[in-house]
Amino acid sequence: MSALAGRLADKRIVICAGAGGVGKTTVSAAVALGLASRGRRVALVTIDPARRLAEALGLDRLDNEPRRIDGAVPAGGGLELSGELSAMMLDVKRTFDELITLLAPDVATREAIFANPIYEQLSTLVAGSQEYSAIAKLFELAQTGSYDVIVLDTPPSRNAIDFLRAPDRLTGFLESHVLAVFLTPTGHMFRAAEIVFAAVRRITGVGLLDDLTTFFRLLSGLLDGLGRRAGNVQRLLVDEQTVFLVVTSSEHAPLDEAIFLARELQRNGMHRAGVIVNRVHPLDEGPCDVATTARRLASTLGARLSNAVAVVHEDVQQLARRDDAALARLRATLGDPAPVSLFDRERDLHDIAQVAQLAAEVLR
Amino acid sequence: MTGKQFVVVTGKGGVGKSTVAAALAITAVRRGQRTIVAEVAARDDAARALGGRAGAPLQETEPYPGLRHVTIDRRTALEQYLRDEVPGPLPALLLARSRAFEVFVATTPGMSDLLTIGAVWELLQRPRHRRGASPYDLVVLDAPASANLVGLLAAPRAFRSIARVGPVARQSAAIERTLADGDATEVVAVATPEQMPVTETLMLRGELTRQLGIELGAVVVNRVVRSPFTAEDLAAIAALEDDTAARSARWLHGRAQAHHEQLSRLRKGLRGRSVLTLPLLFERRIGRRELEHLADLLERREP
Repeated sequence: MSALAGRLADKRIVICAGAGGVGKTTVSAAVALGLASRGRRVALVTIDPARRLAEALGLDRLDNEPRRIDGAVPAGGGLELSGELSAMMLDVKRTFDELITLLAPDVATREAIFANPIYEQLSTLVAGSQEYSAIAKLFELAQTGSYDVIVLDTPPSRNAIDFLRAPDRLTGFLESHVLAVFLTPTGHMFRAAEIVFAAVRRITGVGLLDDLTTFFRLLSGLLDGLGRRAGNVQRLLVDEQTVFLVVTSSEHAPLDEAIFLARELQRNGMHRAGVIVNRVHPLDEGPCDVATTARRLASTLGARLSNAVAVVHEDVQQLARRDDAALARLRATLGDPAPVSLFDRERDLHDIAQVAQLAAEVLR
Repeated sequence: MTGKQFVVVTGKGGVGKSTVAAALAITAVRRGQRTIVAEVAARDDAARALGGRAGAPLQETEPYPGLRHVTIDRRTALEQYLRDEVPGPLPALLLARSRAFEVFVATTPGMSDLLTIGAVWELLQRPRHRRGASPYDLVVLDAPASANLVGLLAAPRAFRSIARVGPVARQSAAIERTLADGDATEVVAVATPEQMPVTETLMLRGELTRQLGIELGAVVVNRVVRSPFTAEDLAAIAALEDDTAARSARWLHGRAQAHHEQLSRLRKGLRGRSVLTLPLLFERRIGRRELEHLADLLERREP
């Protein structure tokens, strides 16, 4: 068993995190399939998979509950599915609605929240709503006990770290006395609130403030539940059986972000199972300058073609050297565990057999 | 892009949006335009590629000769806004420091986006509203990823529908007019020739039209790989089997074919809209030299 497969063997939650555009969704799918092939009951939660990957996984619509997809996995191909694989695409709005339904003290409060224009916007538009709902869904699935392990593909945030801060921000928000100011202004707090309200009214008009106050009043009935939940979610994220896989490419910005993320995980008491460097190019250990390569190939390919191939090889080696430097930097800055590198493919993945191949590579 | 005042550069995360924004800005500086690149959410990717560092939020620096740069974050934009719009120093200070007001800004739908786009819009004003600030001919916004762009650009309109009177409503209306003015504003989408970025670009075009009535401007496809090999070349290369150089050649050719397919898909989906391509650069890092090279290519390809 490989080092990474070993580190994932007894985990209950695997969260794939990293900068946008590095192939997190594909890696998540491969990890989920790989774990299912090792006999585990796996739920894969994806955010926004490429159409062909979604089709490959049999995910043709948002339904916000995992559905069995292991029937689509071809027999043979070096990957026997001894476990179970279910997958879902996250529906942000529905996850928020489910949360409110769960926590609302009565039907009237629930319906009033759903009808409030501030809620409508909060649950769909506001930055961070994907992060909140991804974590909420993760927590909910972990509670059910229907799965041995949940693999979560994180939202494509510009800052991968936003994801970690989501429950904290929610707790902080709920614990702040600010809500109290909105709800029951008294004493000197009342004076300050009055000035704020007057200014808000002056610059935005009245309707907005009324909606907002109503929304906070409705929400106050849910505060205990939300606060408890945020605390539980936080505990789940730092649990020994919850691990993060940091996914990156060897490009400068994603790599910086991966290193930053790895450090933040540590600082927040969360556990990193490994780093995956995606889209790596094979490094030629021998001499590969244009002249040497062209000479080597000249007798087989002739002068023109051997030269063209040599130029291409040198270009690709520049990428390979960048990849190699990235791997070295990861080893030096993060130490163990050794990063796993995945070779760049010519094309985007588009059927489950290719996901299976990648799974074998990730957990080799 | 020539003749525009406001160029909004967007694209899926990881496609090289900041690189293209910086290269476009360099072409404008070469035309003699007073240009500034603005980044949001306190990012500094464009500033670093240009060889400099971002200043403090809202501080305009010059990371490249003749080209200014500013990074905008919500908090500083809010303080700035209050200083400009709320008369008297005390209420502004009190508001900026008030946790209640912070929560108000954080939870009010579109407020945060409105403050950000408002600070960008202020850069376009002649004379500038900020005392002592220099005017610009062109603002290049290194905008959030396409998934969040529509929210940012829709904020003035959304906000105006809930706050109908007062300074915010007035300013929102002015921002909306600038965004809707096709002679002043252009949204440039950056993509790579891959499945998801192409899909997002096509979706962005639809959303801009549907939700904002804005036509997508130029599309820049970044990191395009082209193959120098013919079919016969490949047959000859195949004979080399596992030779490392042959492997590189086959990889590049396969990648070029996949890129070609995605480019065709994009062109078809955009129905004749201009698509500029930039090559994959093999250099380890994008710095000034690479940006200048990309600017040369953009100049040559721009109609």
